[in-house]
This record gives sequence, structure tokens and C-alpha cells, in this order.
Amino acid sequence: MSVLTEKVMTRDWGKPGQNTLKGYKERGGYQQLKRVLDSMQPAQITDEVKKSNLRGRGGAGFPTGLKWSFVPSLEKNTKPRYLAINADESEPGTAKDRFILENDPHMLLEGIGIACYALGAHSCYIYARGEFKYPSSVLDAAIAEAYADGIFGKKLMGKDFELNVVQVRGAGAYICGEETALLESLEGKKGWPRLKPPFPAVVGLFGCPTVVNNVETIAALPRIFEKGADWFSKLGAAKSGGTRLVTLSGSVIRPGTYEVSMDTSMRELIYDKEYGQGLPEGRNVKAVIPGGSSAPVLTPDELDVKLEFDAFKPLNSMAGSGGVIVIDDATCAVRSIWRVARFYAEESCGQCTPCREGQPWMARLIRKIEEGRGEMSDLDTLMNVAQAIAPWPPIGLGNTICALGDAGALPVQSFVQKFRKEFEEHITRKGCPYGEKPWGAYGEFQ
Amino acid sequence: MSEPLFTPAEQKRFDDGIAQLLSHYPNDRKSAAMLPALRLLQSIKTWCPPEGMKLVAERLETTVAHCYEVATFYVMFHTEKPGKYVIDVCTNLSCALRGAEGMLKYLEQKLNTHAGTNGEKVFLRETECLASCGTAPCMQINEDHHENLTKEKVDRLLETLT
Ligand SMILES: Cc1cc2nc3c(=O)[nH]c(=O)nc-3n(C[C@H](O)[C@H](O)[C@H](O)COP(=O)(O)O)c2cc1C
Ligand code: SF4
Repeated sequence: MSVLTEKVMTRDWGKPGQNTLKGYKERGGYQQLKRVLDSMQPAQITDEVKKSNLRGRGGAGFPTGLKWSFVPSLEKNTKPRYLAINADESEPGTAKDRFILENDPHMLLEGIGIACYALGAHSCYIYARGEFKYPSSVLDAAIAEAYADGIFGKKLMGKDFELNVVQVRGAGAYICGEETALLESLEGKKGWPRLKPPFPAVVGLFGCPTVVNNVETIAALPRIFEKGADWFSKLGAAKSGGTRLVTLSGSVIRPGTYEVSMDTSMRELIYDKEYGQGLPEGRNVKAVIPGGSSAPVLTPDELDVKLEFDAFKPLNSMAGSGGVIVIDDATCAVRSIWRVARFYAEESCGQCTPCREGQPWMARLIRKIEEGRGEMSDLDTLMNVAQAIAPWPPIGLGNTICALGDAGALPVQSFVQKFRKEFEEHITRKGCPYGEKPWGAYGEFQ
Repeated sequence: MSEPLFTPAEQKRFDDGIAQLLSHYPNDRKSAAMLPALRLLQSIKTWCPPEGMKLVAERLETTVAHCYEVATFYVMFHTEKPGKYVIDVCTNLSCALRGAEGMLKYLEQKLNTHAGTNGEKVFLRETECLASCGTAPCMQINEDHHENLTKEKVDRLLETLT
């Protein structure tokens, strides 16, 4: 069994004063930034990050060091460079970045110092979702402490390198978690994703080279430099270093946000006593959404998958943002995917026809079936509409400007494919087999 | 004469706030401060009234149309005056699996309203995932976050709405 031998991200959460500068420093905080500034060249830092096999925790699992290396050299491109931190955390099922901000904000800030020095970025914008009133207040206080202590500002910890860090709050638009929509929003516009290429590393914020990284990704940096890239890399799987934060929600006894080893299986996460503790008496798993609601659904025979980025590929799903949603066998699958489809319909920014028209169309068709008005031909229409946005499998064939198209189309296809019988049953019975109680073991409000 | 938009104290808060916001952006990129500027306006007035939008456009050296384009894109900005309490209830999957649909019905009953209706006292809305998936169900009242909700907790929260 793959117990987590060592906490990496959550090691100090909840210790006295950890969310303040004093508490953070008492446990060695900012020593890694200091050491890096004193003894390393920017290129060496990027090399270490590459060696650590750190991969992006925002959803795509892209190798972080490699992403940084796409920023053109100053000789080739003399524009300022920016770091943008993605704290938009809006993928349904995902609640981890907020806990970093709430419990250990300086860990992120120290990581920002290291990353900005490596990238030659003198400005960092942290884009936090608008609903994060409390997490944002903790972060703002931490930023203020870091300025007051001379960490940020004209001289980054005394080094001749200016660094300014500011938090900008969103205002309720899921699409702004997509990196180019995030940049548009930071520029004061509505969140319409940009066509790529050019990629943000070359043409990003204000037309300048910009790296966009997730909170958890950057918050891992202090630990990588404390314990070494090799250590971090060995902790993880072959090509994904470190541990992961996952959010376990839905029909389990103990939902919550957990730090797990990459070697942990989905089954262990759901059933082990230190994590989900299984389902209530008499209930079994019907389906598991493994990486935020955009990840194609898994069935009970697929639960031995490890929670590592590459392990989901053979299942045509993804580790995504680590949002694991467990659906028990007393829950209606059609109702579940209807709720997911409504979300993507609501959040489509409207730029591309397949996504703008297709997402609401899918939601209407699923609703029709759930409400007992469906016909068998609706299932074909549903699949056709989804495939026009992004055919699946495999992942990555989307026809739209951004991956929100895929995010809405893939789960629908996976649900229809894996739970087709249940869709058909709705159609032949002219109604939901679960009647007034579609939401399973914990679906009653009490 | 119509009433002025701000009291003198509010005007100062707005002016100081805008000056601070603009300091975070390149000089030729004032309109980048749009989201924080609208947030500032809304924090003072509880919504984004037309005269306020004009002022934001002026200070950010952009058009009123740009202000509305942004304000109407993001659900947290109110271009119409909302009820005193805006209650956002997450009904997305993780919350639904923990009773969110029932909670919404319960709130509709207790508050005698329907989700999506803006009333003088309460504007109850269904909203999307609020990152409380492991602590569901949840809701926000005027942006204050409440999680692990039960009937008992909801009753207590509603008692505080005066
Ligand atoms: C529709 C959509 C929503 C996204 N939402 C988020 C989000 O809320 N937070 C996040 O970090 N990444 C999100 N991403 C991924 C970002 O585009 C980007 O890949 C990520 O922030 C890069 O950081 P990383 O390399 O550290 O993971 C989203 C992507 C898409 C297509
Ligand atoms: S795929 Fe959807 S969300 Fe993305 S740019 Fe196109 S319309 Fe907008």
C-alpha cells in the first residue's frame, strides 16, 4: 500500500501562525529564496525545476521547467516578462488552491520569488477567483507582510532585482481559469480566450512573454529547493515529481482535500481510512469523475488507476485538477451529467459556434431524457453534437478556440458511452428510475 | 439636481482606491484596472450604477461601453441594484450529491422566493462550484462563505438577515 511517507505541500498547515510571515519564517520560510538568489543563476533554477519533474497542477499537467524554457531570451525579446498565478480554481470538484492560500500563503509567495527570478519577471499578478473573499484576504495580508519585511519591492530580499506582486480578483467567470482568458481578464477585458499560437510564453500579458502557472505548482518550489530536485522527482512517478493535492467529494464517508502520493490508487483514495473511508453501508461506487468535472468518467472496474498524471491516459481520462467526484449506485447518472452539462453551457464564453450552441443543446437533450420526454434518436443527436465540439476518445481533438469546448463535450460522451443502458431506461420508462430521489446516499438535505 | 453619486467620504475612498489600483499597471494600460475598479465601485455602492460606470470609464481612460461589456460578462457585478442580501447557492455536482437541490428548495420556501428572482431584501441565485466540494453543501451570503450546511445552520444564518 502506498502511504504518503512524507507530507510535502501540507506539512505545516495548521501549525501556529503558519499563515503569517512570523510563523512561516520560524519553520524555515524564505530561506530557499534567499539561497537561490545568493547562489544560483536563473538558468540553473529552471534546470532544477526541469530535473524535479514538477508538472502543472492546474489541469493539463504540463512540465513546468519546460514551460519556463519557452520564454524567449532577453536578447531575442527585450520586452518585460510577467508571471501570472492562476488562483481561479473553478473547475467543479476542485478545492485545493484555496487551502494553500488560507493555510500557507507565504509558501506560494516564496515560490513566486523563485520563479520570477528564474524568469526575469519583475511583476507577478495573482489572479484569484472573485468568490474567494477569505482566501484573498489572507493572501493580501501575506503580500503586505512580505513588502513590509523587504522581501518584495525594489530589492527582492536585498538582491538588486525588483519584484512587485499584486493580487487581482476575478468576478465570477469560470472561463477566466483558462490561461489566455485569464490574461484578457487581467488586461481589464471580458474573458475571451485567445487563439494559440502564439502561446503566452511568447505573447502573453500586455503582449509580453508571460508564464501562467497554477497556485499549487508554484507553491511546490520552496520544497523542491529545500530538499532537492532529485528528492522531489523520486517522490513521484516516473514522469511526475512530488505529491498531489486531491479533493475528494460526493458519496464518500469522509470527503475533503488530501495530499496523496502519486502512487496512491483511486480505490485507496476512496476507501482508505486516512482518506475517504468508503461509501456508507449498502452503497457501492457507480462512477467516479477523476480530475474535475471535465474529466471523462470512470467505472468501478477502473479504480486501480494511480493518481499520477500519465496513468489516466490508457483510460482516455485525465488527472486534471485533482477533483475526484464519487457517484454512488443510488444516484442517477443522467441527472449527474445533466448538472455537469448545464455548467459548461452556462460558462461557454460564446466565441466559437460549436461550443456556444452545442453546450446548451447537450444540456437540453439530457434534460429531456431525464424528464422522461426523450427518444432513442436523441442519444445519437447528443453524441453528434458532442463530437462536433470535440470527438473522444482520445483527449485533445477539440475543434474550438479553447479547451472549454472539450471540457463540456468529453464528459457527456463518456457518460453516454459507459451508462448507455441507464439513458435508454429513462427513455423506455418515460421517466427517471430514481424518481424524486436522484442524488444517492447523501442527496437529502438535512 | 439629482443626488450626487458619492458622499464626500465615499468619494475619497473611490479616489484613493483608483489611484492605488492604477499604480499596479503600466501607465499606458490604465483600463487594465477594470475589474478591480468595478469591484471598488460596487463595494461602495453595493452595485454598479450608471453614473459610477461613467466615472470608472473616465478614470481608466476608456469608454462606458467597455465598462458595461466587462460588468455584464462577470456574474459578480450587478448592473441592477440587487436585494440587500445576495445569496448564492452552489448546485453543482459535488454539492448536489450532498443535498444542494434540497437546500435550494428549503431556502426558496423559507425566504418565500424563487431562485433567480431579485427581491428588495433577498436576491437568491443558483451558482456554480464555489470550491467547497469536500465541505459541501455551501452558499455565500454577500460573498461571505458558509460550508458543511445543514437545516439547522441555514436557519441560524437566515436569522441574521435583518
Ligand atoms: C476552461 C478552462 C478552465 C481552467 N481553469 C483553471 C483554473 O481554474 N485554475 C488553473 O490553475 N488552471 C485552469 N485551467 C488551466 C490553465 O489554462 C493553465 O493550463 C494552467 O493555469 C497552467 O498552470 P500549470 O502549468 O501550473 O498547471 C483551465 C483551463 C481551461 C481550458
Ligand atoms: S471553446 Fe467555448 S469557452 Fe472556449 S473560446 Fe470557444 S466558445 Fe469560448
